[in-house]
Amino acid sequence: MTAHRDAKGRPIVAVTGLGVVTSLGQGKETNWRALTAGKSGIHRIDRFPTEGLRTTIGGTVDFLFDEPFTAPQLSEKLATLAAEEAVAQSGLGAPGDFPGELFMAVPPVEMEWPQKQEMAQAIEGEVDYDGLLRAAATGKYRAMHELFVFGGVADHIADRFGTRGSPISLSTACSSGATAIQMGVEAIRRGETQAALCIGTDGSIHAEALIRFSLLSALSTQNDPPEGAAKPFSKNRDGFVMGEGAGALVLEDYDHALARGATILGIVAGCGERGDGFHRTRSSPDGKPAILAMQDALADAGLTPDDVDYINAHGTSTPENDKMEAMSCAAVFGERMASLPISSNKSMIGHTLTAAGAVEAVISFMTIANGTIPPTINYANPDPAIALDVVPNTARKAKVRTVISNSFGFGGQNTCLVLTAPPEAA
Amino acid sequence: MSDMTTTRRDVVITGIGIASSLGEGVEAHAAALAAGGPPVVDSESFKPYPLHPLAPLELDRQIPKKSDQRQMEPWQRLGVYAAGLALDSAGIKQDAEAKSALQVIVAAGGGERDHAVDAAILSGLRGANEPGTYLNEHLMGDLRPTLFLAQLSNLLAGNIAIVHGVTGPSRTFMGEEQAGVDAIRTAHARIASGQSDLMLVGGAYNAERRDMLLLFELGGYLRRDRFAPVFAREDAPGLITGSAGAFLVLESAERAAARGAKVHARLSQTGATRSRRAPGTVESALTGLVSGFGPLGADALAISAATGCAGITAEEAGALAKAAPSAKRLAAGDLVGHGVEAAFPVSVALAAIALSAGQAKEAIVTGAGHWRGEGAAHLVKA
Repeated sequence: MTAHRDAKGRPIVAVTGLGVVTSLGQGKETNWRALTAGKSGIHRIDRFPTEGLRTTIGGTVDFLFDEPFTAPQLSEKLATLAAEEAVAQSGLGAPGDFPGELFMAVPPVEMEWPQKQEMAQAIEGEVDYDGLLRAAATGKYRAMHELFVFGGVADHIADRFGTRGSPISLSTACSSGATAIQMGVEAIRRGETQAALCIGTDGSIHAEALIRFSLLSALSTQNDPPEGAAKPFSKNRDGFVMGEGAGALVLEDYDHALARGATILGIVAGCGERGDGFHRTRSSPDGKPAILAMQDALADAGLTPDDVDYINAHGTSTPENDKMEAMSCAAVFGERMASLPISSNKSMIGHTLTAAGAVEAVISFMTIANGTIPPTINYANPDPAIALDVVPNTARKAKVRTVISNSFGFGGQNTCLVLTAPPEAA
Repeated sequence: MSDMTTTRRDVVITGIGIASSLGEGVEAHAAALAAGGPPVVDSESFKPYPLHPLAPLELDRQIPKKSDQRQMEPWQRLGVYAAGLALDSAGIKQDAEAKSALQVIVAAGGGERDHAVDAAILSGLRGANEPGTYLNEHLMGDLRPTLFLAQLSNLLAGNIAIVHGVTGPSRTFMGEEQAGVDAIRTAHARIASGQSDLMLVGGAYNAERRDMLLLFELGGYLRRDRFAPVFAREDAPGLITGSAGAFLVLESAERAAARGAKVHARLSQTGATRSRRAPGTVESALTGLVSGFGPLGADALAISAATGCAGITAEEAGALAKAAPSAKRLAAGDLVGHGVEAAFPVSVALAAIALSAGQAKEAIVTGAGHWRGEGAAHLVKA
């Protein structure tokens, strides 16, 4: 059999498994029903007290634990569920024996307040770090080490799924999920592995995490009603809403997937990434890095802007991102932008941060498979400065073969993926 | 037709930036390598935990704007500084075209907590009637808004972009020691396969912080009281951490030759694995990785990023005795301490410095993370 290659002579990267969990629920079916019904997963936070906070809402995932948990525990659980769904769909390997490498976008972790409070109870007098160190030295809190090391979540996932090699835990801030996919694509193209399990996960909504974003004035404070707060591309958008979730993709060398008779769900055709040295939290006002990242992704895929049927926006609902993204899309797609659909999943699930790029890639492949574009909800007050077809409020039937999915993050991280339908004739 | 479309290209090290308790730059560290020490140890400031404090740096030389310095935590300043040294060393600091092509991989943990704020809140929480409300009120009022940006793992890469004008893309790997191993491995693989021509890769670790000591002490991984060499800590095994940062400019041999760049060493092979830790697994993992590099020359140098932790350190020594019996063994920890995410990049930098200074013709680097991950690299004289 002649090996299939892309336009640049590289192995083609197929998607053979997809899994997702968000505040809308667990699994592709549940999420797809809610997303195409324009349903919001944003609600009042009751995980911790919100007295005194400017933002009291979020897309927390509250249906997985009965007892208290930490961010790494929830992030691991979300990743596990998404990966189980993806791996099961792919039919690749055997339970606990995944024949490929692991690339995981995980939120940065650190010791949380309940654990520090637990140790503080054992300390006489004022509590300082020397006191905490003395408590730690008793060996009574040993399990906290494994809980709060950065590599813990990926290590546990590697153990559970039996992935090969050294698992990667990565962060490119809010584009991390897309970077995890990109790293899987690159490893398959290098011929290092024939399959990759790529996961983005984030279950880190706790008081301090929310307060940190709040202190940067990044979050929407329009708490009432919660489901109306995330309103990407609207004139009255005022910040993002934090969300939780995980997306998982099984990537596989196309020929490897064909040879075992796997169902090909789509192709990751191209990736583009650009840095931005402009500012720590703000994007270059001219949008240059975002423009180049989209153009790089299209060039990597051997496609042109005219081939794109739909843009899965980063669309955070912050004043700055949405303006920059709209302008960048206009620069890439020109006059077509007036009629090229672009919608933001974040209007319904919030910004799932580390997970967003992976969650939204999964939703993009469902968009291709179902021929339906999920809407941008809460679009009641269009921003005349950014005239876009945001697929307002109601899902739309459309033939979608090629999607560009955007992710832009703090620290000048810009990652774009070109995702396409499975080849019609293999 | 062949299944492999990737071509294997030579990867060379054309820039080395390093700063540690021994000072900064290639010469200072070449001298310490030749002399085998002595290390700079501070046994008092974080008693009972000895550590290797960062030598004072003239930050202005690499981070000219005070406003940039203020927006970073010490680990970020150290990393940006070391990255700047690497760009200078490679001769590309002022080369805008190179810096837009440069792809960055950083191995990073997180930023430092505000220890005073944490202590005050923890003390107050014990007597608070409404602990949740108390916590919210004090976090909202007492956290510096920009502290978050000084803590975010990927903001070391972000600051490298801002301060040095590196407009190529960056990725940040987390996961303690193995982040450093995988950063070097991935950067090497990208160049070897033709996915990239030019990479900046490394990490930085600030040891002088109690929040990180706390994480290690929770697991019982710290050595107490006094310094002892990494491979001679049986009396009280454990880490002695050291503030250190190292960045390397990796380049395809063709690109380096075309611009007439000085090549410090060739990074010929890298390897990483994750053993499911049990007695003997670190030894067999490292033996396998090093044996995979093929026969080593009689006068090879072995730089170990070993932690000094119980069991695994002796296993690493065993692996080196088996797979590289004639190599001269040096522990990076005996010179600069253990730099966690930076430990492997620092060790590769030290190996490259030794080769560049003519101290050896060939070097291997090994390391086993204090909790997970094993890695190795092979360097040869250019």
